[in-house]
Amino acid sequence: MEIPGLIDREGLNQLINTLNELGYQVIGPSVKDEAIVYETLKSVNDLPEGWTDEQEGGFYRLKKRKDKALFGYVVGPHSWKKFLHPPERRLWKAELDGIDFKVFPEKLENPKYAFIGVRSCELHAISIQDKVFLNSDHTDPVYQTNRKDAFLVAVQCGQSAATCFCTSMNTGPRSDKGFDLALTEIIEDERHYFVVEVGSEKGSNVLKKIAHTQCTSEDEQKAIKQSEKVASTMQRNLDTNNIKDALYKNIESPQWEKIAERCLSCANCTMVCPTCFCSTVEDVTDITGNHAERWQKWDSCFTMDFTNLHGGKVRASTKSQYRQWLTHKLASWQEQFDSSGCVGCGRCITWCPVGIDLTEEVPKICSDNVLDDSTSKTDEA
Amino acid sequence: MEQTQDAMVPKAYRVQNLIEESHDTFSMVLVPKAQGVVESFKPGQFNMLYAFGVGEVPISISGAGSDKMGLVHTIREVGFVTRALHQLKKDSTVGLRGPFGRAWPIETAKGSDIIIMAGGIGLAPLRPAIYALMEQRDQFGEIAVLYGARTPKDLLFANEFKDWRGKYGIQVKITVDTADRDWKGNVGVVTSCLPRVSFDPDHAMAMICGPEIMMRYSILELKQLGVAENQIYLTMERNMKCAIGFCGHCQFGPSFICKDGPVFSYPEIRRFFTVREI
Amino acid sequence: MRSLESILAKHPFFENLNEEHMALITGCASNARFNSGEFIYRHDEEANSFFIIREGKVALEICPPGKSPVIVQTVSDGEVLGWAWIVPPFHWQFDAQAVELTRAIVLDGKCLRNKCSQDPGLGYEILSRLLPVIGKSMEATRMQLLDIYRINK
Repeated sequence: MEIPGLIDREGLNQLINTLNELGYQVIGPSVKDEAIVYETLKSVNDLPEGWTDEQEGGFYRLKKRKDKALFGYVVGPHSWKKFLHPPERRLWKAELDGIDFKVFPEKLENPKYAFIGVRSCELHAISIQDKVFLNSDHTDPVYQTNRKDAFLVAVQCGQSAATCFCTSMNTGPRSDKGFDLALTEIIEDERHYFVVEVGSEKGSNVLKKIAHTQCTSEDEQKAIKQSEKVASTMQRNLDTNNIKDALYKNIESPQWEKIAERCLSCANCTMVCPTCFCSTVEDVTDITGNHAERWQKWDSCFTMDFTNLHGGKVRASTKSQYRQWLTHKLASWQEQFDSSGCVGCGRCITWCPVGIDLTEEVPKICSDNVLDDSTSKTDEA
Repeated sequence: MEQTQDAMVPKAYRVQNLIEESHDTFSMVLVPKAQGVVESFKPGQFNMLYAFGVGEVPISISGAGSDKMGLVHTIREVGFVTRALHQLKKDSTVGLRGPFGRAWPIETAKGSDIIIMAGGIGLAPLRPAIYALMEQRDQFGEIAVLYGARTPKDLLFANEFKDWRGKYGIQVKITVDTADRDWKGNVGVVTSCLPRVSFDPDHAMAMICGPEIMMRYSILELKQLGVAENQIYLTMERNMKCAIGFCGHCQFGPSFICKDGPVFSYPEIRRFFTVREI
Repeated sequence: MRSLESILAKHPFFENLNEEHMALITGCASNARFNSGEFIYRHDEEANSFFIIREGKVALEICPPGKSPVIVQTVSDGEVLGWAWIVPPFHWQFDAQAVELTRAIVLDGKCLRNKCSQDPGLGYEILSRLLPVIGKSMEATRMQLLDIYRINK
């Protein structure tokens, strides 16, 4: 492994500039609509300097920090999937000519993204979606195009939100692979700097282009210690031991019905989830009827017509919809893609309007067997 | 920018022939407009058919596998898209994606007695399997086709049964749920025909396609007669948008009906088969 | 010519029935033949026969006023027709009509009832064979009632 570099705020700005010059569309965190979202970055000034977020079930607020940290928050409502797996895209157009028609496939764009500030849980989410869209019998051409040149700059979390549980899912807080560069932001009384780990040749080449010094082992240790502290202070926990069998065994648990009494079927959890990949297609025609298009759009297992079959709905009740979502995420995903579908980012907890918390619900659903209650979350958060 | 081969883009096919199969069901024979060769497929696979401006539906291929004449799709008019497809004239263009999905285990079935159980439109996805069995008739033991429909006027492919029986020695048992006096055949559920066909349960494979409830009681009866669970195959159906495992709609527990199915062995789906709203 | 007893013993309904019981049953048996279209019994008639079908096919029908008769079930080779002979007040529920030439062995209902009451062992044998027939028929009725092949428009 290459020795990490050290850069300051200006070095970070240089990184953004360099990536821009290399033809990347640089995307990173930015404050918008009272949340930290992922937007195009022109310079380091676009980053949410001095902001942090406070999160709880159904709760998200930005607050000012006492320092000038650029990455002093965790994850917001956006995830990188909105760039790699766009929320909507036209698949093709078709033109009618008498009883004949011709289909014109949509041309693929090659946006060449650089993502700044990808958290460890998000790197795992990207690798999970890679399995879905790239490693199956078929390949999603848009995902593939967006993904293949993407330059990933990770940020090692300096703190966790109350909704985070990446340590339970083995997805963080520190990432050791899957990135081109990884930054650890360290703020001391007199110093504000970034330890830059190199994760790929592409990353190494970019680092060479920006002013940096070599990282001392002392600074490297500080970075690692910081991640260890984040890990040790993580507030939520989910026992994943035997979770697939436990959920399958409890497929008729009365707890599903209790959750359904609160769940609004709003689909927020699926929209904010960085791994949820479901989509639908919509066929449209213009007023002449001669021009037709097909659009692919994000869909959710909570939408009304998701399971339409012969005029009925297979999953008509909220209970069955929530059960599908949770058992897919935590159980059947393992059989489909050989990993959990959950990365412990906590977005589904934060952005649930009624604050349904899967780390609380799973032990209740599985209370009859398999899961050991002693390791489930306590209410000291 | 270079064009990637995209399984989401339909190819243009020409309606070569239209056959009215019953009062609400028709068959559509499709040939490719551009390239001369008909896509090869395995019995049990399906295509996504697109009616211009209306939408797309999954339709099983119902014709012969070795038939280079065109791809036969037997379609029941149940919604907007199937109605639009029914309204198409000969020589119209249809969009086609496919073939998709896992086929009936014809190879594995060699040497066994075969019990085909079909309900309603379910005979359509099984017909290519029946053709495949007939093509290599000597590779299989007893073959029984049990077919249940709502009424005699709903029966599909009725003009072929005589050949199936006579030329290929297949035991064909037809039954309907209700009938009027003109019907001289059986009235009763499809399983009522099971005791009337001969096969060796210890060396038999069953292939079932029909409404899920019909498949449930068929499986119960087959098991009662001693057919092993892992020798029972069936096709599952769920809402489907992409047919290639991306859209998530057709999930049934851990299975994607589109790519892991639509044909499953019973043990593969048993865990969730009777769970409500799964 | 085969004796009634050996014909009955070969019928699936009486499979593995012991000889003593077989003999009792044969005492109530006689041959019957119904031509295609012939009514075997009609709704509400007294039910005093139990038909062991050797070959042919019988349709159970209901005829609503103003409509054509509806066939709700057919019974054929190897099956049995009718259980109203053992259930008071012994009246048929449907019309039974031969769809094709049908040969059967008719067991006299009164005779069989008497023998069953005198020999509960025989009664148990007959009922435990008849119950699955009734059960299957009820299950089938429920399935038909669901009308599973209908389109949900």
